[in-house]
Amino acid sequence: MTVSLAALADVARSEASLRAFLHGLPGVDKVGAEQRAAALGTRSIKTSAKAWAIDLSIRMVDLTTLEGADTPGKVRNLCQKALNPGHGAPRVAAICVYPSMVATAHEALRGSGVHLASVATAFPSGQAPLSVRLDDTRAAVAAGADEIDMVINRGAFLSGRYTEVFEEIVAVKEACGDAHLKVILETGELATYDNVRRASWLAMLAGGDFIKTSTGKVPVAATPPVTMIMLEAVRDFLAQTGRKVGVKPAGGIRTTKDAVKYLVLVNETAGEGWLDPDWFRFGASTLLNDLLMQRSKLATGHYAGPDYVTLD
Amino acid sequence: MSELTGQNPDAATRGQNRASRSELTGQNPDAATRGQNRASRSGSSRLAVRKTYKLFIGGAFPRSESGRTYVVNDNNVALASRKDLRDAVVAARKAFPGWSGATAYNRGQVVYRIAEMAEARRKEFKSLGVPSDEVDAAIDRLVWYAGWSDKIAQVLGGANPVAGPYLNISSPEPTGVVGVLAPADSALLGLVSVVAPAIVTGNTVVVLAAEAHPLVAVTFAEALATSDVPGGVVNLLTGRPAETAPWLASHADVNALDLAGAATDLARDLEIAAAGTLKRVLRPAPADWHADPGLTRLTAFLETKTVWHPKGV
Repeated sequence: MTVSLAALADVARSEASLRAFLHGLPGVDKVGAEQRAAALGTRSIKTSAKAWAIDLSIRMVDLTTLEGADTPGKVRNLCQKALNPGHGAPRVAAICVYPSMVATAHEALRGSGVHLASVATAFPSGQAPLSVRLDDTRAAVAAGADEIDMVINRGAFLSGRYTEVFEEIVAVKEACGDAHLKVILETGELATYDNVRRASWLAMLAGGDFIKTSTGKVPVAATPPVTMIMLEAVRDFLAQTGRKVGVKPAGGIRTTKDAVKYLVLVNETAGEGWLDPDWFRFGASTLLNDLLMQRSKLATGHYAGPDYVTLD
Repeated sequence: MSELTGQNPDAATRGQNRASRSELTGQNPDAATRGQNRASRSGSSRLAVRKTYKLFIGGAFPRSESGRTYVVNDNNVALASRKDLRDAVVAARKAFPGWSGATAYNRGQVVYRIAEMAEARRKEFKSLGVPSDEVDAAIDRLVWYAGWSDKIAQVLGGANPVAGPYLNISSPEPTGVVGVLAPADSALLGLVSVVAPAIVTGNTVVVLAAEAHPLVAVTFAEALATSDVPGGVVNLLTGRPAETAPWLASHADVNALDLAGAATDLARDLEIAAAGTLKRVLRPAPADWHADPGLTRLTAFLETKTVWHPKGV
């Protein structure tokens, strides 16, 4: 990719230049990307490497509950699990809740070092006026969230109104203040891998600290090829601009085997620098239990069962 | 690992390919196909279609994850690994809520349906060396257990007389996922006699088929697959129970263990491993499979739930 730093700086000066840049990104070889991601998924990670991968995955989990039925009690339970997953397992990276639950979670997590993420901007559709989405964000930050997971305006993106999407991300980033901004691309609704690459660059150019695959609310969530394309984007963005952006696949990652496949993908695509909870996260709810069960399998030598971990 | 593997999986697969190729009589495939077409038109001979004996997990017939096979009566049979066993336990656990939640009447019908499907495979069982009286007995036993499905609660449960203003009721409930080592001394009747009583009461099972009798076991699994038994209720692994059974016995998501097919030393080790997670273990004495089975096996994997309910006046 040959884009100079100077060109990147003012690429968003007009709709035309932004479009020219995004459409100038090299196309994704669909078959090649899927094959590469599948091939990397066949690596065999065993014994001590597996133990290391499991502990790293636990530290990377954004333990999530995003249900209409969430109650303060449920959120407090989840926070306790984040703080003490059990059997000597490390703490998770963050808790991820709806804005209305942020205050409750903040109380439970205060001073623990576990981050508190809140989805905002009319999650999961993002179909609300910008002013409402910004208020949503400010409210979550005010209640104690130090990470904000925003959704992009897919309607605008898919109709080619890239500047609108760009400016909205910039505005949300401003509303976040010191909070980290994760930009959800909702790749399941973007239709093509080329769009995923464009949306990734758009989000990074607009100032996102993380790019995240999905809300988990549409049928197609995180997939290995999509995550690989996003990892390539953050790698290239770092090389071009010197700014490092994180990646968060979310939705549909339920087993330790899946998680380890993603770690292999991270290592082989973006590099070792991203094998860190500051730069790579898993958005998941049931994944943690499977990680804990696999961890116990390695420790005890026999298969574990769901009766020995919490219900969620 | 090599003693567990028995043989190199690649070598096994290659061997299998060679075998199937040699049946094409060494001609190039096109010529063979033409020959076959000619043959079928004239009705004189055709290529043998040989069955691949695979595992039965979650209602599907996968090969072993390890790619391993072993040979029984000139057939390649899947040699299950501990990962196949893990998958089977996951499938059994997944099937448990639906199967245990089905009405007893419905479960009885399904088990009766297994008998119907087994009846249709009578010829195949005989060709695998099962004597006709054993096929009869196995099918009759399925029907017998099917009948118990909606009657066992009356025999084992009921209202208890208690000294107080309470209605007190006991009812038998399934234990959960049951690991079964199929008997080595009776290929079909033995297998049916351990599987039917466990499932008819609502348990789901992971069966380790006897090492010497996988062909009959897989054929029985085919009857199960065509008989309305929901996927995962019965999972059947062929191979070496001595290799996989310890993983079954120590698995924390298995609730009970039937050691019908375990030799003395193995049974002792498995009992010890099962104690680690407080499994219910049935270690039966050698049985005459043709004899009346009684209720021992039906009751072995049932828990009694008792409810106290205040009486209104």
